[in-house]
Amino acid sequence: MKDIKHNWWKLLGIILLVYVIIGGLLFEVPEMPVIRQSIRNIYFHVGMWFGMLFILFAGMVFSIRYLLNNRPDDDMKALAAVKTGLFFGVIGLVTGMIWARFTWGSFWVNDPKLNGAVLGILTYLAYILLRASVDEQDKRARLAAVYNVFAFVLYFVFIMILPRTATASIHPGIDGNPALATGDLAPEMQKVFYPAMAAWFIIAWWLFTLNFRSDRLHRKITDYADITKENDNG
Amino acid sequence: MSSNKVFALLRKEFTLEWRQKFAIGGVLLYLVSAVFLAYLAFDGMIPLNTWNALYWLIMLFAAMNAILKSFIQEHDSRQMYYYSLVSARDYIGAKILYNALLMIVLGLTGLVVFFAFMGNPLNSPWIFLANMIFGMLGFAAVLTLVSAIASRVRNSFTLMAVLGFPLVLPLLLLLIRVSAASIKGAGFLSVAPDLLIIALLVLISLVLSMLLFPYIWRE
Repeated sequence: MKDIKHNWWKLLGIILLVYVIIGGLLFEVPEMPVIRQSIRNIYFHVGMWFGMLFILFAGMVFSIRYLLNNRPDDDMKALAAVKTGLFFGVIGLVTGMIWARFTWGSFWVNDPKLNGAVLGILTYLAYILLRASVDEQDKRARLAAVYNVFAFVLYFVFIMILPRTATASIHPGIDGNPALATGDLAPEMQKVFYPAMAAWFIIAWWLFTLNFRSDRLHRKITDYADITKENDNG
Repeated sequence: MSSNKVFALLRKEFTLEWRQKFAIGGVLLYLVSAVFLAYLAFDGMIPLNTWNALYWLIMLFAAMNAILKSFIQEHDSRQMYYYSLVSARDYIGAKILYNALLMIVLGLTGLVVFFAFMGNPLNSPWIFLANMIFGMLGFAAVLTLVSAIASRVRNSFTLMAVLGFPLVLPLLLLLIRVSAASIKGAGFLSVAPDLLIIALLVLISLVLSMLLFPYIWRE
């Protein structure tokens, strides 16, 4: 019983996702030229993108919290969020590329939205590399937190501004936020789309907590190993 | 933030640069060699959009080089000394201002070298110039903070590039667009929205650098 009380949201996520998979693959979708049935990708591909932004935003909040009160847990949470965000980013890219292959005829086109996605992945790979280049825990946490805040804000500004100023984008959703603009999405798709987004947010958060807990356990084990080694030597 | 202290720090930067002329000389030589190399590699035949892309790429690499040294050359003990004298915001403010001025000088020098080797394709030189000044301010605002981070870790140079590229790329793309328009001879009104966005990006980077640097400095 206690489990349900604490973890009801995971159950909700699973139920929503099962609904999205069934509904997303079987429900009616509008008949559109070229895109045809591949329009169903929107429930999954766009979800990866929103999930990534959501969890990266959470990561920035943890980094700010770390800078304000220096709790090591906040730093580990920021790292876990970035890892989860990268995971979602890569899957979003792959689902987009498969869709592009069948709709545009090639895996990759030079388009501001696609380039923006790659830029995000590069930014956060750099974050991981930065962490790997510092040995002292405290210094690593501080430098990484500063970079994370700087990077997220600049990245967010970039994806908000650039697609709007670019003259040509063949990616759906020209006016900035794909699929969220009212009237952009057919009503019969909205009843799957909104639950899908909710489901992906929940899954992103769930994955993030798993990442964080596994990192924390890993650190406990290495700390413990260090202590016992010291005792053996002493 | 006190303008007196910022000014004193700025003067210190200029004095330092003047005393070790090899550093700025190195960056200038790097610039000239890179342009000459590009000239030879393209066999002297350079289309307009290539001119534009080359200019900004070479400026970006020169900026990385020039700005990285602004923190690496300061020893830890000297940083402690500054720490006891001025606030972190004065310090980063002076660094950014100095790097921006340095980059504008480099940008102008680069332009002269480009003119010498590859001709002058600019049809709206004033737009190019305004864009360049904004751009150099932006490079300074973003890369100074990155250099503060990179100077504190192992293999600073690689890290400077890896951390810096994704962060300046949005700015770089906008700069290249406006400067392409200035080559085509666009009017001021047609590039005004882009210039405004560039100014906004510069402002955001400046504010973020000011807010975040104190946390790096606290060691």
